[in-house]
Amino acid sequence: MDTASLLNGVAGGVLIGASAVFLMGMMGRIAGISGIVSGMLYEPVNSERIWKGAFVLGLVLGPFMLTQLAPQWGNVAGVAEGAIGAPMASVPVMVVAGLLVGLGTGLGAGCTSGHGVCGMARLSTRSIMATLVFLACGMATVFVVRHLLGGGA
Amino acid sequence: MKVLAGLVAGLLFGLGLAVGGMTDPQRVLGFLDVAGAWDPTLIGVMGGAVVTSFIGYRLVWRMGAPRLEPHFFIPTRQDLDARLLGGAALFGIGWGLSGYCPGPAVASISGLTGPLAAFVAAMAAGWWMARRLSNRQG
Repeated sequence: MDTASLLNGVAGGVLIGASAVFLMGMMGRIAGISGIVSGMLYEPVNSERIWKGAFVLGLVLGPFMLTQLAPQWGNVAGVAEGAIGAPMASVPVMVVAGLLVGLGTGLGAGCTSGHGVCGMARLSTRSIMATLVFLACGMATVFVVRHLLGGGA
Repeated sequence: MKVLAGLVAGLLFGLGLAVGGMTDPQRVLGFLDVAGAWDPTLIGVMGGAVVTSFIGYRLVWRMGAPRLEPHFFIPTRQDLDARLLGGAALFGIGWGLSGYCPGPAVASISGLTGPLAAFVAAMAAGWWMARRLSNRQG
């Protein structure tokens, strides 16, 4: 087991938790990425949309700054210095996957952050159930693609 | 101030994803591949984030109200419905096919590649479709 990667993961998780707590303390909002990014894209122009845009800018700048300033703090598998890993699936698979992720998180009102982190921290029944479902479906999909079909990402 | 707060929260979130290795789909797929060479990293990220938020939320809620808004905006629904669970299922399948959920996909944009651009564009289209469907029913 890759202990160094696991410890990096915990450190990253604490930063994500700090972000969620900060957003709750300042704005009173759940740090759900699917809601924030889709809100920035599709909500009418108002002050909501502006802070969501600033959040998305920070979300993109964080890994960019890490890549430029301290890539040794990144945690890309098999790479000593790197903060952003390469996609593993082909363009057609990524199109299907992106549609499913957008549609699913849009209908289910949340993703790994909104349900998996913030909702679990609130002990929300809906979020805990959604998290169990998307984890199970993600694991089942990887099992089918890698071990039954023997290919894919 | 709200813009600054949004920027700081986004920066912390993006840094956390990158430090945690979640901007690498190989780590995410390695976690989801329970029958293969299992990678526990995602458990560390989720555990660290949930425990930090669990404690931090309770401290923050004691303030009574957030700094820049009159009250907290917290979901109150408790019921389980087909849209929630069906949506989570579709999301899980897409996550397993790609190794990307929305946060890491957007956070990886500075290292943009063709497949990632395709994913992000399709995800934005998916959100648009979900809003159309929700408006029609609601």
